[in-house]
Amino acid sequence: MRLVDEYRDPHLGRALAGRVLRSASRAWTIMEVCGGQTHSILAHGLDDLVAERVTLLHGPGCPVCVTPLETLDRALALAERGAVVCSFGDMLRVPGSRGDLLGARSRGADVRVVYSPFDAVRLAAERPDLSVVFLAVGFETTAPAVAAAARWALARALGNFLLLCSHVRVPPALDAIAGAAETRVDAFLAAGHVCTVMGTGEYEQLVRRHRLPIVATGFEPVDILEGIAMAVAQLEAGEARVEIQYRRAVRPEGNPSARALLEDVFEVVDRPWRGIGVVPGGGLALRPRYAALDALRAFPELAGESPREPAACRAGDVLRGVLRPPACPAFGRGCTPEHPLGAPMVSSEGACAAYYHHRAGDPA
Amino acid sequence: MCLAVPGRVCELYEEEGLRLAAVAFGGVRMRVCVETLPDVAIGSWVLVHAGVALQELDASAADEALRLLAEAAQGGGSA
Repeated sequence: MRLVDEYRDPHLGRALAGRVLRSASRAWTIMEVCGGQTHSILAHGLDDLVAERVTLLHGPGCPVCVTPLETLDRALALAERGAVVCSFGDMLRVPGSRGDLLGARSRGADVRVVYSPFDAVRLAAERPDLSVVFLAVGFETTAPAVAAAARWALARALGNFLLLCSHVRVPPALDAIAGAAETRVDAFLAAGHVCTVMGTGEYEQLVRRHRLPIVATGFEPVDILEGIAMAVAQLEAGEARVEIQYRRAVRPEGNPSARALLEDVFEVVDRPWRGIGVVPGGGLALRPRYAALDALRAFPELAGESPREPAACRAGDVLRGVLRPPACPAFGRGCTPEHPLGAPMVSSEGACAAYYHHRAGDPA
Repeated sequence: MCLAVPGRVCELYEEEGLRLAAVAFGGVRMRVCVETLPDVAIGSWVLVHAGVALQELDASAADEALRLLAEAAQGGGSA
């Protein structure tokens, strides 16, 4: 595929890995915060290529994984009350405190996978007899689709389309990780498509505050290795700047129209991240003029539940980069993709699932 | 989750006031919201995620970046 295949060239990849190893005078730790990058790293063995000098830590880069338990429980309760609950496929198997949406579907609830939130709006328009709820999760990459769908639904005055909104923002999570004593991160690879939408302005502030390099990086093996090489070059030179590796899709200003759409529909709020806790400024919620679409306003009795995680699941430590998945006592024993304890083992982009699929039997 | 796929705009149209494009991904055509790209034109390469175009791709930047990387790789030592 044009603009993809060229970035999987093994010759270029090996040359870039060689550049990293030659230029690094000491060991560095670099964290990526994107489930797509985590899977690319493990599937192609990129971590092994640079392991002599660079340790790659996996941050909370999977929005499905950080969606709070109470959101899943609310979606489940809405499905049990007869609403049609629509979301992206990954969300259906993530366990809430009382099971998952797929289980609710097997008991007769109407739970549907959609490709886009627009499909949920179309369903509401075609079926005025149904109450359609879209479970909206995802980073700044996904929020523009939901914002455009919200605006479309409001303009069409559909009375039967609601959003259960649980969007999260990446920069506040990086801020928390960079400031935490438990993880020692020398540089970040910023998730490319989040930067495609938002640009790099928010990362300039983080670089100034924490004095570490941030490289907006793509998803293919050549992209990731080039991002690592750029971060190491900065570290070796004693620099801390925002750089863009993923130049074909990221401009410093991002996509101004998409940002204006987000600004119109959402406001920044504090939000609990599953396994991490409340992240100040870590979420997006509907602005008051979109309140008619808010599922929690339509069903206020759903607010206020705050269940607890199963004690055996250490997803929080994995998401903060403190624990490598294979080092978790439950990994591959009590917790597998078929019988997951936590979201990172379920989601196709979770770090635990990445190790399980690509590194079965890997020693901790 | 943040996977986005490059495709080429074949057609521009509206559905109930929403600006859409038919975008070709290899042989597959899908409808994509382009409210995020006011200046998009037929023939543009766009990056699509969850039914919305996130950005117009800069194919010349991609080609230039690859050329530089390939040159550096050919040069061996300086790669």
